Amino acid sequence: MSKDNQILEDLNSKEYEHGWSVDFETDEAPIGLNEDIIRWISTKKEEPSWLLDWRLKAFKIWQGMSEPAWANVNYPKMDLQALRYYSAPKQSNKPKNINEVDPELIAIYERLGISLNEQKRLQGIAIDVVLDSVSVATTFKETLGKLGIIFCSFSEAVKEHPDLVQKYLGSVVPMTDNYYAALNAAVFSDGSFCYIPKGVRCPMELSTYFRINAANTGQFERTLIVADDSSYVSYLEGCTAPQRDENQLHAAVVEIYAGAHAEVKYSTVQNWYPGDKEGKGGIYNFVTKRGICAGDHSKISWTQVETGSAVTWKYPSCILKGDHSIGEFYSVAVTNNYQQADTGTKMIHIGKNTKSRIVSKGISAGKSQNSYRGQVQVMKRAHNARNFSQCDSLLMGNQCGAHTFPYIDIANPSAKVEHEATTSKIGEDQIFYCNQRGIATEDAVALIVNGYAKEVLNQLPMEFAVEAQKLLALTLEGSVG
Amino acid sequence: MLSIKNLHASIEGTPILRGINLEVKAGEVHAIMGPNGSGKSTLASVLAGREEYEVTEGEVLFQGKELLELSPEDRAREGVFLAFQYPIEIPGVSTTNFLRTALNQVREYRGLEPLDAVKFLSLMKEKMALVEIDQKLLSRSLNEGFSGGEKKRNEIFQMAMLEPVLSILDETDSGLDIDALRIVSNGVNKLKSENTATIVVTHYQRLLDYIVPDFVHVLYKGRIVKSGTKELALELEEKGYDWIKEEVDSTATV
Ligand SMILES: Nc1ncnc2c1ncn2[C@@H]1O[C@H](COP(=O)(O)OP(=O)(O)O)[C@@H](O)[C@H]1O
Ligand SMILES: [Mg+2]
Repeated sequence: MSKDNQILEDLNSKEYEHGWSVDFETDEAPIGLNEDIIRWISTKKEEPSWLLDWRLKAFKIWQGMSEPAWANVNYPKMDLQALRYYSAPKQSNKPKNINEVDPELIAIYERLGISLNEQKRLQGIAIDVVLDSVSVATTFKETLGKLGIIFCSFSEAVKEHPDLVQKYLGSVVPMTDNYYAALNAAVFSDGSFCYIPKGVRCPMELSTYFRINAANTGQFERTLIVADDSSYVSYLEGCTAPQRDENQLHAAVVEIYAGAHAEVKYSTVQNWYPGDKEGKGGIYNFVTKRGICAGDHSKISWTQVETGSAVTWKYPSCILKGDHSIGEFYSVAVTNNYQQADTGTKMIHIGKNTKSRIVSKGISAGKSQNSYRGQVQVMKRAHNARNFSQCDSLLMGNQCGAHTFPYIDIANPSAKVEHEATTSKIGEDQIFYCNQRGIATEDAVALIVNGYAKEVLNQLPMEFAVEAQKLLALTLEGSVG
Repeated sequence: MLSIKNLHASIEGTPILRGINLEVKAGEVHAIMGPNGSGKSTLASVLAGREEYEVTEGEVLFQGKELLELSPEDRAREGVFLAFQYPIEIPGVSTTNFLRTALNQVREYRGLEPLDAVKFLSLMKEKMALVEIDQKLLSRSLNEGFSGGEKKRNEIFQMAMLEPVLSILDETDSGLDIDALRIVSNGVNKLKSENTATIVVTHYQRLLDYIVPDFVHVLYKGRIVKSGTKELALELEEKGYDWIKEEVDSTATV
């Protein structure tokens, strides 16, 4: 038997680590999707009428749309009427700070390795945690508040900073953008809001941790980050979900606004439940993420490590409107078993002297399908636009697929656009070389894969990078004989 | 230490090794010479456990253990080291990182605690001096863009770090200039002890001027056809392999 075949037979041993769920009392919307449900959610969240109107408008638009079919993924249609659109842990009183949060909820996060205790937390990371439909805790609020930084749940922002929310909500990802973005606009439940005032450098990493706990519940969170002129923030997002036989929908929207000379770094380590080895269950991760470099000399940088989800459909993008603005996209997407990922980015050059850089590293194992889809668009007045794209694919075994779909669209002749692509296999000689030095095959694969993805992993904040390396290894465990 | 008995191995059905017998004792240096394609690298690979080669007959005892029963990583952990004729590139992984993973796995197998960063670094410093290797090279991607000589030197550096019991050097001298050859050979000599053994595969006497063998064997068509002491190497240097080939081919039975 050739080694390749053996690889495929031995596929996958490690179970998903975060597959447990917890029973606690919840506040739930009735199952189904209609105007009444949207009103129900809005009432539950005590929202102002402008927001309800905004949701209802989005719902109308969504009703006229159909699910996109262009992505290189296959999955059975979801019955959106069979889902629940709101589920929240019951907390007797709204917690004012972390000390008032239900210990049971805190325990869930401890189990995930996330301490919400400010003393115990590593210095330098403030965290907002979202469980199912609501944000349950935000740490380091006061410390940040002193600098004028607003970091809170979306619901709280609607109440406390309605002007900011109203000004920026939907300004980067309009409700008309796509099917899932419209659905999110109609039913979004919570998420994080962040505002960095002019000239402020956020002294710690801000982070949101998403966890789906409830069954048959879609998670539709919305994140809005506004970095005013000359400010800086680094934002992290992590996520997990219980192991369930049915598919669950996660349709989030992230909007980033960067003013002149502002810089936003957004990093994601996505570890949603990917389904079992036969491809049963797992999260459908249909997410719209977009940032606008609105001011001159602004910069938005996306870094993502995608290891989970049954199906991923995600294109964090940059609209480079300000002159001299910079957009970056660094991605590692790993798929194993029956996972499918169609992910990439869009860089839209509008301003003069705008630059973008795309580094995509796909890793496919098992019977998975991994596609990079990227668009580089240079508008007419974008003089001297520059783009560099590097798209690499690494294959493990011969039953998986790697695909690259680059779209290049140039309306200004001064543009310089470079695209490089490679496809390689983990070599048996590489593994043997590691073995010969005493390194077991699993660890050899982890070493080789982490080396391959290094350029992207290097972009992550330290704590996250270590986590991401472990996750890559875990996702691929058992994928080489 | 190492006892190879009637070892036969083939690749994709073609027999390459056709009855190798070799005894190596602790403290000894054995040189294996022979024309290109005679099976020297194959022998090294089979001992190290490369899976493409199928062992069809024979046995190998290493320190009393059935070597062929062990996985490649366990052979390494037991103390078998192969300096590759063509070292492999691993992009994005530095020699340092690679060796730290390797050394700690070897230590774990031997029931030792992993080395912390400080101890690891001081061990590196010590071994770097031994093979006069530049620290800059060690933080680059393993073997990627290394010159031929740098690759070979890096192999010996890895050997120094892992402190093997049996070292097999497969044409480590090719690609080395005279200075590098001297440095690398000195390194190998310093690592020798009465508890370790070395097998050097080479075409050239010049390496054996530095690493002086106790025994020299000629491998031809998958068999050891002549063995002797270091004088045999000198004779080969002078006369080439043709006389041995003739000797063997004329007496060969089909
Ligand atoms: N992977 C392989 N596939 C087919 N033939 C091989 C392979 N590796 C080695 N051989 C053959 O085995 C024989 C011995 O090779 P090798 O052990 O590399 O010789 P040496 O190291 O003595 O020059 C050669 O004829 C070579 O072509
Ligand atoms: Mg050879």
